[in-house]
Amino acid sequence: MTHSINLIRSLLLPGMIGSLLFLSGCSGVPQKQAGETPAQYSADAVVRDDVTYAIDEYDPWEGFNRGMYRFNAGFDRYVFLPVVGAYSTVLPDPVEDSVSNFYKNIFELTNLTNNILQLKGEATLDTFWRLVINTTFGIAGLFDVATEMGINERAEDFGQTLGHYGLGNGPYLVVPILGPSNLRDFSGNIVDSVAFNAIDPLDLDDNNEERKLVFNLLNAIDRRHRIGFRYYDSGSPFEYELVRALYTRKRELDISR
Amino acid sequence: MKRYLVATLALLFSPLCWASNGYDYPIDDALAATVVGTPKEYVAELPKKIRRSEKKVVIFPDREVKKFVPRKALNYTLVRQKHEAPLVFCIAGTGASHRSAKMLMMEKAFYQAGFHVVSLPSPTYANFVVTASTTQVPGHIVQDSEDLYRVMERIHEQIKGKVKISEFYVTGYSLGGAQAAFVAKLDEERKSFGFKKVLMINPPVSLFNSVSILDGMLEDNIPGGLNNFNAFFDELMDEFTREYTKLENVDFNDDFLYRIYQDRQDEIDPARVSALIGLSFRISSSNMIFASDLLTNGGYILPKNHELRKTESTTDYFKVAARISFTDYFNERFYPFYRAQQPGATKESLIRATSLISIADYLRSADKIAVVHNADDIILAPGEIDFFRNTFQSRAHIYPKGGHCGNMAYRDNVEYMVNYFKN
Repeated sequence: MTHSINLIRSLLLPGMIGSLLFLSGCSGVPQKQAGETPAQYSADAVVRDDVTYAIDEYDPWEGFNRGMYRFNAGFDRYVFLPVVGAYSTVLPDPVEDSVSNFYKNIFELTNLTNNILQLKGEATLDTFWRLVINTTFGIAGLFDVATEMGINERAEDFGQTLGHYGLGNGPYLVVPILGPSNLRDFSGNIVDSVAFNAIDPLDLDDNNEERKLVFNLLNAIDRRHRIGFRYYDSGSPFEYELVRALYTRKRELDISR
Repeated sequence: MKRYLVATLALLFSPLCWASNGYDYPIDDALAATVVGTPKEYVAELPKKIRRSEKKVVIFPDREVKKFVPRKALNYTLVRQKHEAPLVFCIAGTGASHRSAKMLMMEKAFYQAGFHVVSLPSPTYANFVVTASTTQVPGHIVQDSEDLYRVMERIHEQIKGKVKISEFYVTGYSLGGAQAAFVAKLDEERKSFGFKKVLMINPPVSLFNSVSILDGMLEDNIPGGLNNFNAFFDELMDEFTREYTKLENVDFNDDFLYRIYQDRQDEIDPARVSALIGLSFRISSSNMIFASDLLTNGGYILPKNHELRKTESTTDYFKVAARISFTDYFNERFYPFYRAQQPGATKESLIRATSLISIADYLRSADKIAVVHNADDIILAPGEIDFFRNTFQSRAHIYPKGGHCGNMAYRDNVEYMVNYFKN
């Protein structure tokens, strides 16, 4: 998810700020409406202050987040998935795999820096060797030879690094296009992205706008292609809550290991 | 010469060997099987990717659309052969969509065997309740099966120009299995399809009994009751985290659960696994109950006459819905609703009408209907498995283990399922 940030920055930031301003007007808090009568099981009577609920997460920006969740679902349906669908129809599977491998390899840099920052010796070495092996024997990362040799990916990002040193989630945040996140993880994404641009292993700096755009677009398509998630597929009217809880728990798991 | 003799002997005895080895689905515990499913290495050989088209059909064009669930069309999947072939309608289980893992598995298996497939969501799945349910108060098998039948007819109209169909079959798992039988019975009168064969996979005998069992699995297995759910869940997550941290290189999937099962087989606490199954069912039933309440303005969980805005929080409603058992819903919403529709209906008559016992005579005589089940299926009350043995006789194929649908993707099961329609 990290490096799609580049894409967002270059293409969508103006629109994003616009929609932020617009959506901040929407509140998430239920309000009484004229003519309504209490439900048989009214929330006021059933929900207790002295009980902790597993579904609760810190979400002060819920109105904005829900609006963004809907926006993302629409974007996914009308833009992202059709493009990803065309992509996977046109390209044969092995080529798609190679695209994935290429991006995974180039972003091993992020895994490497964050494994170092967390002082994880073994994982750092694994990541280092993966990068070396896949860049050379894997032909610039097109083939994931390292995994076949039994050296597995040790995914770490700066959000995890911050979490590792005890920083909490902060408010839950649904980021445009990228989806579920929180303040810590989204800030982490930005840091990772800045670091990646500073290293700039593919020489994508500003003289090379077109190459940068292709790199970022293909990255976004590849990432979406790898994720099976479909908006509203759960069929649950509570999908927003369930995704929020799952995202938060999954990140806790990733940070703990 | 000797070599031939050995080969012949091996051939002769292979059915015997098979019989003595019996059934090799690897998970003996019914609860674990239900949660873990079929581990990768035991799954039938299926194509990795097939061409599926996600399609839509509008059933009620004039139905008012709610802001919070702005959907008009029902989603389903069509998997088609290029040549003329039989078409299998597959019906998903409670709360499941046409894209659930089990449905995808069935699509692949039937496609590989040369059939067209149409995958349908369960009538208890929110998209179905919104777009295709007549009453929008789901759970009444007879009513839900009529709705399914209408959906099938519309889909047939939609695809018949493009897909050459030789004959029709219907199947379903769990609640979808029971609905398949009701759909077949309805077809005897309406004759839109003239189903040649019907296969029920792990159906409940009595919907009411099965949901009561599932309700109890959650409520009876959390120390201190549902108010302590969070503590229970945290503990579960902590344990999960420990396992996850230990298995450095494993990702989340069925095989992760299988690894845990293999590592910790003897320490697994059945109460905990039960609670997990109960939780999964409770989330499905909460979804269904709240969707129904929202659509019918039932004033059950959502205040009456309250229109949910698009960005309005529903977290508190989730907390409420999660406390309501299916049995509560049956008594407080379902029963009053259907009593108003069918004067003279009693709780007992509704419980009976939503069970296979109400159509037992039909099932006994309908040679085209068969059932696949597991002797240890957790959704059956004690003795209910005998209903299938007695009613279907030789048309009942009962495996010794597999829990509830845990073995559906296992080699033998898939082979049996496909061959049933093939032969």
